[in-house]
Amino acid sequence: MKAFTQLTGLVAPLDRANVDTDAIIPKQFLKSIRRAGFGPFLFDEWRYLDRGEPEMDCTHRPLNPDFVLNQPQYQGAAILLTRENFGCGSSREHAPWALEDYGFRAIIAPSYADIFYNNCFKNGVLPITLTSAQVDALFSELRPGYRLSIDLEQQTIVTPVGETLRFNIDENRRHRLLNGLDDIALTLRYADKIRAYEQQRAARAPWLFRDA
Amino acid sequence: MAGKTLYDKLWDDHVVHLEDDGSCLIYIDRQLLHEVTSPQAFDGLRLNGRQPWRVARNLAVADHNVPTDNRAQGISDPISRLQVDTLDQNCREFGITEFDMHDIRQGIVHVIGPEQGATLPGMTVVCGDSHTSTHGASAALAFGIGTSEVEHALATQCLVQKKAKNLLIKVNGRTRPGVTAKDIILAIIGRIGAAGGVGHSIEFAGEAIQALSMEGRMTVCNMAIEAGARAGLIAVDQTTIDYYRGRPYSPKGADWDAAERYWRTLHSDADAIFDQVVELSAQDIKPQVTWGTTPDMVVAVDGVVPDPEHASDGVKREGMRRALQYMGLQAGQKIGDIRLDRVFIGSCTNSRIEDLRAAAAVTKGRRKAATVKQVLIVPGSGLVKRQAEAEGLHQIFLDAGFEWREPGCSMCLAMNADRLEAGEHCASTSNRNFEGRQGYGGRTHLVSPALAAAAAIAGHFIDPAELPAEEQA
Ligand code: SF4
Repeated sequence: MKAFTQLTGLVAPLDRANVDTDAIIPKQFLKSIRRAGFGPFLFDEWRYLDRGEPEMDCTHRPLNPDFVLNQPQYQGAAILLTRENFGCGSSREHAPWALEDYGFRAIIAPSYADIFYNNCFKNGVLPITLTSAQVDALFSELRPGYRLSIDLEQQTIVTPVGETLRFNIDENRRHRLLNGLDDIALTLRYADKIRAYEQQRAARAPWLFRDA
Repeated sequence: MAGKTLYDKLWDDHVVHLEDDGSCLIYIDRQLLHEVTSPQAFDGLRLNGRQPWRVARNLAVADHNVPTDNRAQGISDPISRLQVDTLDQNCREFGITEFDMHDIRQGIVHVIGPEQGATLPGMTVVCGDSHTSTHGASAALAFGIGTSEVEHALATQCLVQKKAKNLLIKVNGRTRPGVTAKDIILAIIGRIGAAGGVGHSIEFAGEAIQALSMEGRMTVCNMAIEAGARAGLIAVDQTTIDYYRGRPYSPKGADWDAAERYWRTLHSDADAIFDQVVELSAQDIKPQVTWGTTPDMVVAVDGVVPDPEHASDGVKREGMRRALQYMGLQAGQKIGDIRLDRVFIGSCTNSRIEDLRAAAAVTKGRRKAATVKQVLIVPGSGLVKRQAEAEGLHQIFLDAGFEWREPGCSMCLAMNADRLEAGEHCASTSNRNFEGRQGYGGRTHLVSPALAAAAAIAGHFIDPAELPAEEQA
């Protein structure tokens, strides 16, 4: 897994609540059996004026000039600032794959859908939760060229005027993301515990263990 | 010490290891796999030379991409075909049981799990699909996961999870005639909002919930995710026990007796404490129709499209304005005046036998409105289809000018050939009305099967009880 430690990056605002994973990456792109290459299709229906199809070349597609990520001042953005319940809907991990492939390494919002939130950590994308008031303040401060510095070790965001915001994150998740650890390898350290659990459970619920 | 909630009991029963920060290694009793969210997980296993921890606890089925007509000819879209073929190959390579496209047991993953008894009360159930919450109808702790977690569950039979909070939603009293499980859950989402359950596991209780069949309970739990909750739960009672007796994967003989004893303990203790409680009166719930682009944008069928100017805050107002524009609707417009282009009856929310019976009861002896281009009836599984045909339901639909299809997700998310054209309005029994969900530019209205059938006949939304009798043959 990709590690995340520090990031100073350009911020792009997506001023909508309840942005769902169908919007982040529409279903036709879910037919891919690979993990890479979703970036050009991120927010496809909002970003382009035509209809996207898997494996198409996006370089000459007509862009929607009103969509925020198409505006020149947000090119190269690495931090997405957005509203509550971001990533709701389908469990598709293609959503963080697309965000990461596009270049976003961090998201800032007042809340996230649970599954999406989990999926981000598996892909080196840091979803930061701030209060609605803090998110409001960032939206109103945002100017062309607005950059934030994020430090996961310190759990801080530093704004252009030098103000420091602290954010909370589970210790376990922070540790895994800082070090880019392989979750499966970590769990397999407890292989003996898993086997012991299976034994005692088989005694309580034998009907779940008729296969082995 | 206070008693435990149903969620607490299920959680405690599956903890393998507790970390210092409160996160837990949770044992997974059943994983369901489908073609869309599994290929990269199998790649990960191969890349790291790993094998499934307990291969028999996995069950696979292709549902999202499969065609719902002319199945004998295979899948014409080469990209969809590759994904379905990839699932077949992965299951063969790792020795996982799969119901392939030609198996009578094939169907939507959340329909076939309970139908086969492959997901049972008291289990932890995961699937790379958010509507895994469906299986909570039988007091299984069931939730959707991403592809990395699919790989993790395959390789370790466990997941790292943090315990959610407990939210109790009580629907008191009995519903009025004509009000279904779908209306109950839409009304709940309308009340608490699309993010109302974030961070919580919801237990649905109260007389109106207890009165539901297992199918109805599945409809309710299916949409717990649309209220932002990861899991929905309903306590075990006689209805649950009766449903699971004799299913192919259900326990047999002495195992059954032991299982039944355990299952009967799967309810919240009387003195359990919930973090939050929401109560609704079943009497107040009318048949529901969504007007917007999130499931909480919902009103009664006899209501009107709400006015964004009355929204409580700016973000909401903007969301409502955008939704009205996308949906091509005006504030104050009567729901009954919305004209439908297509109707879809299916999806893991409403494609079980009871749903088809409800739709057929409204349809019987009537015909599709000439202005409605297409009415798709897509059963949830091959077995549901067979049962419906044995009851003659398919004939009622065909006589009405509806299309009777093969099982799959179909127009719920339009990954196969079934989809809306831009600007079309669709009455749909599915669970998501997001922009573009049923096709680029398509406009989805979520409703119950009875309401969808009534809309197909009238050409606009109408309470089935108000369909003119003269249309009856
Ligand atoms: S029917 Fe729809 S919601 Fe259900 S699993 Fe299929 S695509 Fe997902």
